[in-house]
Amino acid sequence: MNRTSKNKLERREFLARAGKAGLSIAAAGTISYLLYDTTVPRNKVSKSVSLPDFSVEPIKGQAISVIKGSNRVESVNKAIKLIGGIERFVRPGETVVIKPNIAFASPSALGATSSPKLIAEIVRLCYEGKAKRVYVTDNPINDPASCFRLSGIGEAASGAGAKIILPKEKYFSNTTLMGGKLIDNWPVFFEPLAKADKLIGVAVVKDHHRSKASMTMKNWYGLLGGRRNIFHQDINTIIAELAILMKPTLVVLDGTEVMKSNGPTGGSITDLKRENTMIVSCDMVAADSYGCGLLGLKPKDLPYLGKAEKAGAGTTDYHRLKPIFDTAG
Amino acid sequence: MRIITVRRISQVFFFTMFVWFCVVSTVGDNFWQLRGWPVNWFLQLDPLVAIGTILTTHALYAGLLWALTTVILTIICGRFFCGWVCPFGTLHQFTGFLANHKKSAAEKIRLNRYRKAQCIKYFVLIFFLGMAAFPSIATSLQIGLLDPISLVTRSVNLVILPVIDSAFNITSVSSRFYQGAWLILAIFFTTIFSNLVIPRFYCRFICPLGAMFGIIDRFAIWRIGKIRSECNNCKQCEQSCEGGCEPAGNIRISECILCFNCRDNCKDELIAYQTQASLNGEVTNPDISRRGLMLSLASGIFVVPAVRLGNKLGGNWHHKIIRPPGAMAEEEFLGRCIKCGQCMRACPTNVIQPGGIESGLENLWTPVLNNRIGSSGCQLNCVACGQVCPTSAIRPIKLAEKLGTGDFADRGPVRLGTAFLDRNRCLPWAMDKPCIVCQENCPVSPKAIYTREVFNTVRDGKLTVKKTVDKTIETVETIMAEKFATGDYYCIVDGNKRSRITANNENTIEVSENFAKKPIKDSIIEIQVCLQRPYVDIEKCIGCGICEHECPVSGKRAIRVSGEGETRSTNRTLLLKN
Repeated sequence: MNRTSKNKLERREFLARAGKAGLSIAAAGTISYLLYDTTVPRNKVSKSVSLPDFSVEPIKGQAISVIKGSNRVESVNKAIKLIGGIERFVRPGETVVIKPNIAFASPSALGATSSPKLIAEIVRLCYEGKAKRVYVTDNPINDPASCFRLSGIGEAASGAGAKIILPKEKYFSNTTLMGGKLIDNWPVFFEPLAKADKLIGVAVVKDHHRSKASMTMKNWYGLLGGRRNIFHQDINTIIAELAILMKPTLVVLDGTEVMKSNGPTGGSITDLKRENTMIVSCDMVAADSYGCGLLGLKPKDLPYLGKAEKAGAGTTDYHRLKPIFDTAG
Repeated sequence: MRIITVRRISQVFFFTMFVWFCVVSTVGDNFWQLRGWPVNWFLQLDPLVAIGTILTTHALYAGLLWALTTVILTIICGRFFCGWVCPFGTLHQFTGFLANHKKSAAEKIRLNRYRKAQCIKYFVLIFFLGMAAFPSIATSLQIGLLDPISLVTRSVNLVILPVIDSAFNITSVSSRFYQGAWLILAIFFTTIFSNLVIPRFYCRFICPLGAMFGIIDRFAIWRIGKIRSECNNCKQCEQSCEGGCEPAGNIRISECILCFNCRDNCKDELIAYQTQASLNGEVTNPDISRRGLMLSLASGIFVVPAVRLGNKLGGNWHHKIIRPPGAMAEEEFLGRCIKCGQCMRACPTNVIQPGGIESGLENLWTPVLNNRIGSSGCQLNCVACGQVCPTSAIRPIKLAEKLGTGDFADRGPVRLGTAFLDRNRCLPWAMDKPCIVCQENCPVSPKAIYTREVFNTVRDGKLTVKKTVDKTIETVETIMAEKFATGDYYCIVDGNKRSRITANNENTIEVSENFAKKPIKDSIIEIQVCLQRPYVDIEKCIGCGICEHECPVSGKRAIRVSGEGETRSTNRTLLLKN
């Protein structure tokens, strides 16, 4: 080829290359312009959720029932029946979340965790009330899979038709209690609650060296995430704040076999004492105020009861609620 | 069907089985969890594990009897294990295939030629066996470092599976962690990627198990060989020779891994698997010199007492080496542990971790408890680790023995160590803040952590009375509202007994009981915090580490388990009597 067409070729190649170079520069410039930011970065704040109110309309004289009996299944059935029956609490088609005490990888006979038979029965009752779905969940202290397995609750709940939700990191969202001191942008196990229409807490009456007793209010500790053990420095405030934060449909306080010593982990049959008492309540402060008597305590011995009452979460004077006393079995 | 197709099916089958066994090593009842699956089968089939432990313990332990099957079949058939069973070998062969299958025949023949360096694996084998063989000097089982089944089990259990599962959370609800996994990964990837340089690099140059097979297959009834001594020397048989054993010339029986690629490639069908020796001649002995053998053996014998000059088995033992429950005493333990990682994989709380070299080289990848990792310290009602240990470095103890109940009640529980309180870091001891999460979570009954109550006057806790009305004192000084209202604070004033503060505002303090003697103006109140201070009862503490795991002082924990008092060591006891 002759010189001019060769020049034309070189020039064309050069122009093509220059064009591509220009486009690359333009791209680099545009991206820089779009991403440019002079503000100093701040630590990420996770998204916040607010916990729903799962409670039902209060009915005078149907707030709390106390059943004496040695058979948990019969006791809980009677207790719920006497304050309106399951149909008062669970509507057909609803999703119910049951939150038992599954804190420790401890065999159920040692009484550190909720009775699997009791949980299975409550699941069954919810399905009897035509619930669409029942979930059983907790964020245990020990290894979660081991806790659900060793306590027998995993098998009992699944056998009754409930679905187990084990805690995973992505299931936690931050929440803040309005007016609270401790629950301020703190992770809670929100995933099961997001799906729920009704929430039932099921606790055991247990001795606890730090808080003196562990019952329905302390049971909600199992929905906290993060390094929640930091709250032991102000244990009464955190329990009271949990009672204000959580608005369950119902709480069941199992005082059939009470852990009188070495709580909350126990570890020996000798730590347990048969009290054959089942308490079902719409007011968790009242339930705990009655339940502490099974440990030989009075409500004024438990500072968190007074704090919760002062904040309006319930009443320590359970007599005012006209509790229904009865026996079963 | 071509023989190499059968061989490929076999490799895929055993590889899949191996991966399945790694996946199911999770404690649980589902079919894809531990119950019943023989998850140690590959380790038990491995004769290097058997012979290593025979040398160190003078016994062939339980399931390791499977290794006899492998030995007998190898003596009869040759190195079938390498070519047809070994999952690590399959991985190497596959990588080599991916790297090289598009290359020219000449290139492949060059890659798969015999190299003198293939003798190195025999020296590796003798070195390790030398380390294990002479108890009168000192024995240590270190074959786990390079044994292929231990290596691949460890790599899959502690690196590959946790990384994949952190995305899907199938074998574990939350992500698993293994400290020092980077080194295991680096070695694993190095062995895999070395196949890009020379195919089956690890198998040909490093694998001590392959070396052992190479030594015992000399009497093999059937062997690969040519049916005629003359051929046209096209060398196509050596194109895909996996063992690098020169089938075209004097075939090296000790290097042949029975891949049958030579038989498949030979267009003249001159190669067979036959009882007659190759008509072109064969070499049965590995290509190692006596001098090399002696040197490897002597080094192996010498290195164990040399490494033990650090006195880590004696007075200089490392207090942070907490072994799983049921572990043998340390010297015996080091003679049994093959560093396979099964215990770490099976542990439901993820507390068992691969050890580092802080307490000596022998500690590398042996199981050590790190109570800060995982979901709970050593769970009380669990004996999973001992159940999966293939060599009984961790004995398969029953729960009764671990807890010291039933038949074991007079012996007491198995202790892993003892928890020591760090009073300089503990909240109620050093910071005037109530806590006792450790006591709360101590799983034994009665608890091994107990408390003694003290009342400390708080900082700036002396206040002056302005006036008293019933249960409320008005103070001169201003205080932070609600600061003393947590239920843990008390006030002492003027001849009255201590009473709990129920509320306070900026200038008032309210107590729970009426004053016996009403505090007058200008008298001094002392605000005290009630502290339950934890103490460890070393007669009850089993060193499970749950307290350390739960301690809210989450960096350097205010209560930490240390090896003193572990039941497996008689010279580390703290107690006078169990």
